[in-house]
Amino acid sequence: MTPRRGRYLVGAVCVMLCTVMLLPLLASVLQSVKPTEEAAEVPPTYVPHGFSLDAYRRLWNYQDGLPTYVMNSLGTAGLTVLFTLVLTVLAGYGLARFPVPFKEPVFVVLLLALIIPYQALLTPLFLMFSDLGLANSLVGLAIVHTAIQLPFSLYVMRNSFEAVPRELEEAAMIDGAGSLQILRRIFLPAVVPAIITVVLFAFIMSWNEFLGALVMMTDGSKFTLPVILAQARTATSLGGTDWSMLQAGITISIVPCVVVYLLLQRYFVSGLLTGAVK
Amino acid sequence: MRARTKRKLAGAAYVAPAFLFVLAFTVYPFMRTFRISLTDESLLVPAEYVGLDNFRDALDDDQFWGAFRFTLKYTVLLTPILMIGGYLLALLLATNTGVRRFTRAVVFIPVVIGLGVSSLLWYWLFSPRFGLINAALQDLGIIDEPILWLGVNPNTSLWAIIVSITWKVIGFGMILFVAAIQAVPKEVNEAALVDGASAWQRAVRVTLPLTMRTVLLVTLISVIGSLLAFDQFFLMTAGQPLNQTATSVFYIYLNTFPFLKLGYGAALSLMLAAFILIFTVTQMVLSRRSAR
Repeated sequence: MTPRRGRYLVGAVCVMLCTVMLLPLLASVLQSVKPTEEAAEVPPTYVPHGFSLDAYRRLWNYQDGLPTYVMNSLGTAGLTVLFTLVLTVLAGYGLARFPVPFKEPVFVVLLLALIIPYQALLTPLFLMFSDLGLANSLVGLAIVHTAIQLPFSLYVMRNSFEAVPRELEEAAMIDGAGSLQILRRIFLPAVVPAIITVVLFAFIMSWNEFLGALVMMTDGSKFTLPVILAQARTATSLGGTDWSMLQAGITISIVPCVVVYLLLQRYFVSGLLTGAVK
Repeated sequence: MRARTKRKLAGAAYVAPAFLFVLAFTVYPFMRTFRISLTDESLLVPAEYVGLDNFRDALDDDQFWGAFRFTLKYTVLLTPILMIGGYLLALLLATNTGVRRFTRAVVFIPVVIGLGVSSLLWYWLFSPRFGLINAALQDLGIIDEPILWLGVNPNTSLWAIIVSITWKVIGFGMILFVAAIQAVPKEVNEAALVDGASAWQRAVRVTLPLTMRTVLLVTLISVIGSLLAFDQFFLMTAGQPLNQTATSVFYIYLNTFPFLKLGYGAALSLMLAAFILIFTVTQMVLSRRSAR
């Protein structure tokens, strides 16, 4: 095979791959903007003949209303990011830079969630949260998500703190700065990429997570986006699933993930690499 | 000496919040799962201690073992598709040219969206009358009648779900394989090229052995993910027909929440966790041995 023919072949395969990967997403978006009657047609149309935002309007008013569910999802994700970040920045700093007593056993305990599937923790967490008044609360669900996300984040943070040159820290110490001051002035600016990685993965995981949200949230007004969409799948309005509304919801929950990914692609890859080498 | 004690205390103080968090929300609940598994907890009446009854019941529970076997079948079918497919994609796209970078980025997109959401998307695509897949297959003349993909025939359902999951996660392995392939020293490949090895020979004899560590690791992550599968089955087949497409986690979920057999569900989840732990440890020991 000549190099040129090889290049065309690779190009053709790439075009095919991109098509296969993008078509389902495109189909979902197109379905969401079909007018109501067209969305229920059998057989379905590939490309909408008309354009309408009716599906989004119906979703906006579905049960407690789209804004409620988006806020629940955003709130949970925001709290997850906050908890994860505070806990792992401090612990990463401590583990990387201080002679912590029993350092290795402590680190193992911190990573325990890697070998305990969180699915096995949902029942006791559900009971605990009922006692603590955290059932049906965004804080409770964010705690579950933080527990899931903690090992990965801590690993990324610890690595990143370890990579900061000693000289910077020592210079600040000679100036008499306290350890918290050194963290703020020297380390935080140096570990910004790790912070972005941790925030990114925590946000995406929490925004997307389904089983924990399904179990923890029993009150319909506290549902997150994936849970209400799962319900919309089976909820019948005049004889069937409202397919265009379902796809409108899917489009809305996909868009933030894809935008964030496209903007911060390299943090995704570097995060995966650090996380997977554990 | 005093300064060192001070640093020790400071270090402990920085680690303490995360440590306490893990004790409270991972270690303690895990111990409590053990305790619940020894009771008939149902939330309705006060729980009573029943010893190992739940575990004994589990051993005789054909439905649980059916779900477990189904999960294994799903894992065994899916894993090679993801690993071989992901690796071939990585071989094809590992060079940093514009087209390949772009394709890599596109193949990775479904990885960042939610599994629940992608399952709902594919639930629609596979829908018998409203879905685009049947419509396209009919228009292409491949099938005459719409196929009832999901929730009627366990095998058809399984393959439909495997298609959707391959689309969703194949980019994950690919990205890690690309990084591993790019880390193979250039000289090794050049030496093989001088020896007249074809592209395929170089891939199988040079690149693959040098990236084996990553392959084993991604296999492990992928297998654990499949053994814990829930969202895609809950949302695409709801376990139908007759719970024949219910996975282990699905069956545990059913027992725990809708049926409120919390004690039994806890016992089942411990058995599943133990199985996964044994599998993980075995795989790690084996891969460490092979790395030597």
